[in-house]
Amino acid sequence: MSEFTVTADSPRPPTLPRPVARPREPATATQTTPKVVIKDVHFFYKKYEALKGISLALQDKRVTAFIGPSGCGKSTLLRILNRIYELYPGQRATGEVLVDGRNILEPGQDLNLLRAKIGMVFQKPTPFPMSIYDNIAFGIRLYEKLSPGELEARVEEALHRAALWDEVKDKLRQSGLSLSGGQQQRLCIARAIAVKPEILLLDEPASALDPISTQRVEELIAELKSDYCIALVTHNMQQAARSSDFTAFMYLGELVEFSDTETIFTHPKERRTEDYITGRFG
Amino acid sequence: MTLYERRRVGNVIALTLSWIATAVGLVILFLILWTLLRRGFTAIGPGFFTQMTPPPGSRGGLANAIYGSLVMTAVATLVGTPVGVLTGTYLAEFGRGSRVAPIVRFVNDILLSAPSIIIGLFVYELMVVRMGHFSAWAGSVALAIIVVPVVVRTTEDMLRLVPGSLREAAIALGAPQWKVTVSVIYRAALQGMLTGVMLAVARIAGETAPLLFTALNNQFWSTNMNGPMANLPYVIFQFALSPYADWQQLAWGGALLITFTILLLNILARFLAGWSNRTP
Repeated sequence: MSEFTVTADSPRPPTLPRPVARPREPATATQTTPKVVIKDVHFFYKKYEALKGISLALQDKRVTAFIGPSGCGKSTLLRILNRIYELYPGQRATGEVLVDGRNILEPGQDLNLLRAKIGMVFQKPTPFPMSIYDNIAFGIRLYEKLSPGELEARVEEALHRAALWDEVKDKLRQSGLSLSGGQQQRLCIARAIAVKPEILLLDEPASALDPISTQRVEELIAELKSDYCIALVTHNMQQAARSSDFTAFMYLGELVEFSDTETIFTHPKERRTEDYITGRFG
Repeated sequence: MTLYERRRVGNVIALTLSWIATAVGLVILFLILWTLLRRGFTAIGPGFFTQMTPPPGSRGGLANAIYGSLVMTAVATLVGTPVGVLTGTYLAEFGRGSRVAPIVRFVNDILLSAPSIIIGLFVYELMVVRMGHFSAWAGSVALAIIVVPVVVRTTEDMLRLVPGSLREAAIALGAPQWKVTVSVIYRAALQGMLTGVMLAVARIAGETAPLLFTALNNQFWSTNMNGPMANLPYVIFQFALSPYADWQQLAWGGALLITFTILLLNILARFLAGWSNRTP
């Protein structure tokens, strides 16, 4: 892709071409509103401390990418935001996560309502063993009582938004498992946005997909960010550079650097960030 | 002899022994099936399915015993399956991480291997003695107690095979856990769970011991669940031990019927399991 450019006046000879952020309107604090504020979050798998005091804010209608080597805690952080880690005994989070000013880590939350507000897409596509239509309708039916006509319209809208409608419109009654991997992942994205969440958590949504499907998912992210606060975990630095407005670099459970994507990829302040994005480790 | 040659000889010996063992098992199985077919097939005539169990010396069939077996197996399955499925669901979904679940699982394993005659005696004490008479209800309960642990075990195993990512995906949509279990996890595990129920049915269809103390037998046509009821295993037991040739003949026929029904159920269960494995 044309974005990989090596400039002659690089301060050090880079080991790999450094991904360059796509030119865009500079996102400044005045234009954005924080949707999620994470304050000093620690996370424990039994005794092991996987996150060591993370603080940052996710802006509404922007994409925030989390990058870092495997095991740095980026997926863990995402799993705190909808408290899905609680399915497993022995996992525990401390600190504050304010969503619209309310601390969701406090006890007494209605977790089901919280999760309906925060959509999540996983690394591996996870279509439910039911028809394509029911895959989308499942989430909608949980919290809304719609007439069959309205429900149909909502399903169609979600599939349109996920750029899947044209491929599945003639086989809505077929099993979701009959789709290809890339289609299954877009089905999962459609399922997540069908319930009209406010926040989308994408945990390496394209890492199991081929390049063309990846491109479609990235286009989808660009298209969806006008409506959602999106958190994107990715192993792929080009993807972070292309798709996000802000980037957080995490390493060994700490937030090393957090800034707008352009700064991170062009003038990182931390040596570790620079080393990681130029491919010296990770 | 070199090391390689010794290994080759060892290999040949081990292979031969396992071939012989397999052949012995299969030969015995086919001998049983063949004998059943040869002796039982002639018993299955026009009256076999329509006439009552006869007194010695007259013609008859097994209609009342077939009916009793069908009814008691059906009632036992209808009672035992929900209990087993719910318990298996608790063990696999809701009781994870609890202290009670391992105890329930252990007790269930004991029940799974309990001799069926003990279960018959237990129901005898529990129901027959208190009610003052043998009954088809008591027989159904005894069979249901055998169904439960089989279904618990297979349900739990099948639910555990459903990948955790599917649970996470449904829960991340804001679905409560019961909804996730019923709408998503059961669907993913359905065929495996059905297989478990089939195996349980196959198991109780041939059980004699629990019925000895509970449903007993009835020489006449009876649809009264509150009284003793004829059933195939008991009739086979009684007729096969009798000195009358026509009774023995009917016992062969009954044995053939039961064996092939169970064989059919097992094949069906296999088919269902294979079908479920193909869906990713």
